Amino acid sequence: MLCIKGGSVYDPLNGKAGEVDDIYVSDGKIASPSPGARVLDARDLIVMPGGVDIHSHIAGPKVNVGRVLCPELNRRDPVALTGVTRSGVGSVVPSTFVTGYRYAEMGYTFVMEAAAPPLEARHVHEELADIPMVDKGALILMGNNHFVLSLIRDRDFERLKDYAAFLIKASGGYGIKVVNPGGGANWRTRGNVGGLDDETREYGVTPREIIDALIEVNEALGVPHAVHLHCNNLGQPTGGETTLETMAIAEGRRLHITHMQFSAYKPTKGRPFVSSAKELAEYVNANPNITMDVGQVVFGPAVTMTADAPLQHSLHTLTKERWVNKEIEMETQSGIVPLTYRKRSYAGAIQWIAGLELFLMIENPWQISLTTDHPNGGPFTAYPWVIRLLMDRGYREEVAETVNKRALGSSELPELTREYTLEEIAIITRAGPAKTLGLANKGHLGIGADADIAIYRPNSDFEAMFSQAAYVLKGGEIVVREGEVVSETFGKTYIPALPEQKDVTPWLSPMFSRLYSIAFENYGVEKEKYMPCEVV
Amino acid sequence: MRTFENTVCSFCGSLCDDIVLEVEDNVITKARGGCAISRRKFLSAIDSEAPLVDGKEVKFDEAINAAVEILAKARHPLIYGLSSTSSEAQAAAVKLGETLGASVDSTSSVCHGPGTVAKQLVGLPTCTLGEVKNRADVVVFWGCNPVEAHPRHFSRYSVQAKGLLREQGRRDRKVIAVDVRRTATARIADIFLQVAPNEDFQVLTALRAVINGNELREETFGGISPEEIQDVCDVLQSAEYGVFFFGMGLTMTQGTHHNVRQALSLVRDLNRKTAFGVIPMRGHGNVAGTETVLAWQTGYPFGINFSRGYPRYSPGEFTVTDLLSRREVDAALIVASDPAATLPARSANYLGEIPTIVIDPYYSATAKLARVFLPSAPVGVAASGTVYRMDQVPLPLRKVIDSKYPSDHDILLAIDKGVTACSASKEALSMIL
Repeated sequence: MLCIKGGSVYDPLNGKAGEVDDIYVSDGKIASPSPGARVLDARDLIVMPGGVDIHSHIAGPKVNVGRVLCPELNRRDPVALTGVTRSGVGSVVPSTFVTGYRYAEMGYTFVMEAAAPPLEARHVHEELADIPMVDKGALILMGNNHFVLSLIRDRDFERLKDYAAFLIKASGGYGIKVVNPGGGANWRTRGNVGGLDDETREYGVTPREIIDALIEVNEALGVPHAVHLHCNNLGQPTGGETTLETMAIAEGRRLHITHMQFSAYKPTKGRPFVSSAKELAEYVNANPNITMDVGQVVFGPAVTMTADAPLQHSLHTLTKERWVNKEIEMETQSGIVPLTYRKRSYAGAIQWIAGLELFLMIENPWQISLTTDHPNGGPFTAYPWVIRLLMDRGYREEVAETVNKRALGSSELPELTREYTLEEIAIITRAGPAKTLGLANKGHLGIGADADIAIYRPNSDFEAMFSQAAYVLKGGEIVVREGEVVSETFGKTYIPALPEQKDVTPWLSPMFSRLYSIAFENYGVEKEKYMPCEVV
Repeated sequence: MRTFENTVCSFCGSLCDDIVLEVEDNVITKARGGCAISRRKFLSAIDSEAPLVDGKEVKFDEAINAAVEILAKARHPLIYGLSSTSSEAQAAAVKLGETLGASVDSTSSVCHGPGTVAKQLVGLPTCTLGEVKNRADVVVFWGCNPVEAHPRHFSRYSVQAKGLLREQGRRDRKVIAVDVRRTATARIADIFLQVAPNEDFQVLTALRAVINGNELREETFGGISPEEIQDVCDVLQSAEYGVFFFGMGLTMTQGTHHNVRQALSLVRDLNRKTAFGVIPMRGHGNVAGTETVLAWQTGYPFGINFSRGYPRYSPGEFTVTDLLSRREVDAALIVASDPAATLPARSANYLGEIPTIVIDPYYSATAKLARVFLPSAPVGVAASGTVYRMDQVPLPLRKVIDSKYPSDHDILLAIDKGVTACSASKEALSMIL
């Protein structure tokens, strides 16, 4: 038994906004007060639940290609082994061990890998198993899957439900990820879709139908998390309009729009595009069924990697940077392009502004999660910087002064005076994403919750404060002190408890052997690859 | 008797996963479905030589201790090979390399490493082998000869394979082969370009020039006429979905990564007009895994050094041929590969001059040079694990028989433990003194 004594506790789910309280920990869980506990003196410190990242590319085939692709970035940030921790590289796409350490140093204890292709899910789990310090899960790509699209075309929703559940289970996944639905399928013949009612060439279904059907299936299965959607026309001036239409498809059902910043643009006269954060924020404010994460852009080098392969090809065409493209049979595709976001460039500044506008204009913090779509908008290690921008208006204005003037002039950012409170930060970095992901034991410090706790030393420089936690407890054990990992631990992989579905094998197996290049029997990931796991 | 279906053969980078094995009394009696190489691999998968130290049979623990002693004493050890073992063993090798401050390199550096360097320069448009089977109507084999090296590649994936849009198999496809001689692969091709040795770069450059709308002004490009170049370009551009396989005829001939850079650029250029992918025709069963595992653990794919406590990447500096021919390492641990049979003589011979340890299911040519030989359970037969196909698709290896020896993975962890204990006691000793 341990007692974290006398800290200012920020536990929004349990209504605590900075009051001094003692938190008791026993057997890895938050426990009721009991005498004789060992004391961790938290006087003058801030106590929060461990951070929860709802969307981050940390493990799997495309992340790893991103590492290989950019040795010039890796060389900037070598990480030596210590008596406690393994070596590796940090920088933009950290190696697996360093990924875990860096998250833990900031007080994060759960990370959701944002995009796993079922055929290569075994690879995702091999990397997740090598990410220490945090609990984790993986969202499974379905929006351009051959069988998903065929079943939607055939209006066979019962089987679609069985198949979606099968994909999640076979991949050891947590939820349903949809990326540029229909666009990826058309990319196999180097096309795309331009809007929600464009048909996919080989299936005749539209993005609208795919989104609608997968939301229906997701809700019928009771997946803990909403459909996690990367919208069509992302990165385009038409993205904002498409995203507004997309959110309307949900009609009150849960829907999570990921890295909304990359969809928050609209066309305008005389400029390539401007921010449409205001319209999107208004929609989110009026529709509590929508949750979103931001995908804030961070100035400096990034490595963009997404299943939105047509987007990546146009980015490559624009920048002439290295281009990786991969088609994964029957399922999905991906593209990787290194990119540097520059303050002085119009586009880079608009993207930075659009992200901040979303943060500042979306009123209910429970609907919004902090992400950079790591490493697409920049590395997750920039979260503390983003927090400072949100909490410190003076600092935000200082940085805004240094960005492209035309971009700033086109925006409402200078008029936005809101400053996030610590309570709101606790919501957008832990309580909110945990709730949105359906993780009942994460993101709060109520009795019975996991004893994943971040303790910060107050500092008027919020970036410094959130970069290095004073203490981090994972499963009740102290794993970080003063921003340094003092004990290496490996977390669990989270999978959902789905209702029993009809076995898809008799239907799928004959087609599978004709269309895939591996045997059906070798498709599903062996459970020992993602042990220990936690079913929620 | 027990039957195992859908077993993965981990001999070559094709990783056929439809092998049926029959096992009786801990012996594989039948291996059905695979190629001749695969059959032989499975049927001869029996425990080989005993552990050896200086040519003498010893107990397994003694051989481990001898290995630990050599590595703990070494100032700059090399860990090399890793291409014919599981990703789990590869990860254990990285851990040991880190503990030792060693150089860690895989056979990639002498096969497809230049392809990876080229990828770091221009990227890589690629696809999985199922896409080739389902969609490819134009297939290029450049400097590779799958008929002999990957015997079932054609039927499972690339030429005769029938798939979603290619129901006729071979009849639905145009096959182009490029090589310096008329290989078995070239003989089945619709178009064969016989390129002059070491002049692949010229041919690729000419192809790119035409694809990008330029006129050819020379009379010949690496032995290929402008008309032939034009014909090939017409086929490439008319593809609905093209796939370009390349082998060591491109990566290990004059120009190395420049050749591959040009090939990758060609495929990238073709993607402005149509869908085209490129797949390195990886040789060893899990050589693709070496780059994958090393990259996720260290950030780099091969040619890594840990002497500063963190990984440094430098092909040409920390790669096997260079380290050995420059006599820069003073001990070597060879895992699941046979450099004595494949490296240039100067490098290979040096392995006999320094204390070398070999971990391998079989008594290889390198084992003959080695001071310590540690036999291991053959992976995919007597040890399980994950392997990565040439297109990075991961597949599970199954253990179907028992070996009296531990797996590569377990041996590497035992050595790591020994070395760690050894350096801890050394540290303790130095504190007392």
